[in-house]
Amino acid sequence: MNNINLDEYIKVNIGPSHPAMHGTLRVIAWTDGETVMHCDPEIGYLHRGVEKLGESFTYHQFIPLTDRMNYCSAINSNVAYEAAVEKLMGVEIPLKAQLIRTIMCELARIADHQVCVGILGVDLGAFTPFFYLIIQREEIYEIFEWYNGARLTNTFGRIGGVENDLPADFDARWKELKPNLFKSIDETDKLLTHNRIWMDRTIGVSAFSPEDALNWGFTGPCLRACGVKRDLRKDEPYYQYANFKFDVPVGKNGDVFDRYMIRMQEMHESIKIIDQAYEMYKQLPPDAPLMAKVPKIIKPPVGEVYSSHETPNGELGFYIKSDGTDKPYRIKVRPPCYMIYQAFPELVQGEMIADLVACLSSLNVIAGELDR
Amino acid sequence: MIDLIIALIKVVGIWSFTLGVAAVMTWVERRGAALIQDRPGPNRAGLFGILQPVCDGIKLFTKENIVPEKADKVLFNLGPIMFAIPAFSAFAVIPFGDRIIIGGKEILLQISNIDIGFLYIVALGSLAVYGVIIGGWGSNNKYSILGGLRSTAQLISYEVPWGLALLGVVLVYGTFNLREIALAQQGTFLGILPNWGVFHQPLGFILFMVAAYAEANRVPFDLPEAESEIVSGYHTEYGSMKLGVYLFGEYVNITTLSALTVTFYFGSWHLPYINMASFLGDGTIIYGIASFLIFCLKVSFFLWLFVWVRWTVPRFRYDQVMKLGWKSLIPLALFNLFITTLFIQIKYYIGG
Repeated sequence: MNNINLDEYIKVNIGPSHPAMHGTLRVIAWTDGETVMHCDPEIGYLHRGVEKLGESFTYHQFIPLTDRMNYCSAINSNVAYEAAVEKLMGVEIPLKAQLIRTIMCELARIADHQVCVGILGVDLGAFTPFFYLIIQREEIYEIFEWYNGARLTNTFGRIGGVENDLPADFDARWKELKPNLFKSIDETDKLLTHNRIWMDRTIGVSAFSPEDALNWGFTGPCLRACGVKRDLRKDEPYYQYANFKFDVPVGKNGDVFDRYMIRMQEMHESIKIIDQAYEMYKQLPPDAPLMAKVPKIIKPPVGEVYSSHETPNGELGFYIKSDGTDKPYRIKVRPPCYMIYQAFPELVQGEMIADLVACLSSLNVIAGELDR
Repeated sequence: MIDLIIALIKVVGIWSFTLGVAAVMTWVERRGAALIQDRPGPNRAGLFGILQPVCDGIKLFTKENIVPEKADKVLFNLGPIMFAIPAFSAFAVIPFGDRIIIGGKEILLQISNIDIGFLYIVALGSLAVYGVIIGGWGSNNKYSILGGLRSTAQLISYEVPWGLALLGVVLVYGTFNLREIALAQQGTFLGILPNWGVFHQPLGFILFMVAAYAEANRVPFDLPEAESEIVSGYHTEYGSMKLGVYLFGEYVNITTLSALTVTFYFGSWHLPYINMASFLGDGTIIYGIASFLIFCLKVSFFLWLFVWVRWTVPRFRYDQVMKLGWKSLIPLALFNLFITTLFIQIKYYIGG
């Protein structure tokens, strides 16, 4: 890689404003005709200094900033951050809050995977599945909106619990939504999975070995696509995940097709989890507490904590250091995309320009999460 | 003099008809996509949004005409013209109906009934590539050049199986003249099937359709303008009506290809099992109109097929397109040609 002379090749600039770049990513590719000989991802176009801002915000004020990291599934980021602060404070949240968080997180996971799979289709020229999926994502957003008024940037939950109980007609809404979700996933499956063109375009493209994936710090669907069965919900269960029955789908080759299949299967698994969580929720008394006993102004004891959750893209970790005041001394975010995107030049070297786009979509790199 | 006037009417008529079809196609495409994707699509301008193409046209005409500073001005302006001319001219030899006889004067529903109609079509199909490569090169933009290169390679590769597949039909009917090919598809084949090209040449038809989609730069072969990869390909830098000409030319191409499909493979204006000429009277005006309408109906089915396919399948990759063209379609087309020749020879010896 280092011994090739880049001057011999055409330098093609892809991004930061380009139809295939999700958000503001930029890739500088040196191509020999259509083949990408080397590429250089540039990050930072969406850097807003979230971590630094956190130092001058109180613990609660930081929650809306986590919305803006992975905006496709803001709820997962919210919950991951709240869980970190709760761990720092040594607070155990009530069962009802745990279940509501689980249900909302899994809904957000489905929404995120729907966007990712849909956009992968769009980037490979298949527009129609995107609409099938996005229509159902709208329905999920309806549930979010009706839970606390926000659709995209939810600012879900509070430190120590959740703000609202699930509204009374969740049962009816979920019963209506579930078959539609299955239908949209099945329709996408029928249009894409066994489509010869789709298979040719995705199988074997930007394949990655499990060793390389672990060395580069892959997590989430991208790691599981390589055949490593690692899911924080199973391996280090938080909330009630240990009590739920669900599978962790794994792939084999770590190529675009496997990443796509993992996401398709995870949507099914998430629906299973929501069903079980909701069953558990229904057994609780209606007046069960939603919030743990936490002070109005959060002042965690001096100390530091690292806590991570399984978000749709992988392991989202928060490292928080407290100096005992109402503002964190330091917040460091470990976004899953950052580690995955590092390996991007490795993944696409020697592939074609069209594969570069396919690979990027399948990694589901979200600029907000990447640059923070 | 009367011949000149008739020719002029036919030219103007067909030209505006093609333009109209292309304009309506932009609307059909968007409404069709919306239908497939569970959404309304453009439905505000006029009844069911039928005036949408007019709005788009006005928008494109009134937009500022931007020529990039570093672009080659001459080539940049030449590109759309070179693209549009072959697209519009190809319709000249396609028969769109049988004939009308008024006062002993025979009027063919075809602009020009030339004996080398087939060669004319193939030649114009090859010319279209210049518009694309000139536009892509003249834009002085890397995406445009990539798009132009992809398009050139694709058009040149797929012209071969396209032409070879059509040669099968030519061999079956024994003529290059499109009107004679259309006329020969009257009656039945093997007693039960309509005497259409598709039943003589099933493999050839499939090859022709695949190659036609590639010729028209449509999904799954739309990589010259693959939006997610190279922005808009060869027309990235174009705006205003120059872009309009490119987009419009594409729809004209689709119309031409659909008309060719019908002419070569689906019996042109003939209805299966019904001899319309004896039914309505050969040469009457009503017969002329009926044959024209049947032709239009068949063409519109293939136009819809273009839309249908576009919103169903993903896009090929560049190397896959090349592989498919050179390693699958061309050998198959040659095989088809060989088999056809063999059958014709056998038939010749048996039939004596």
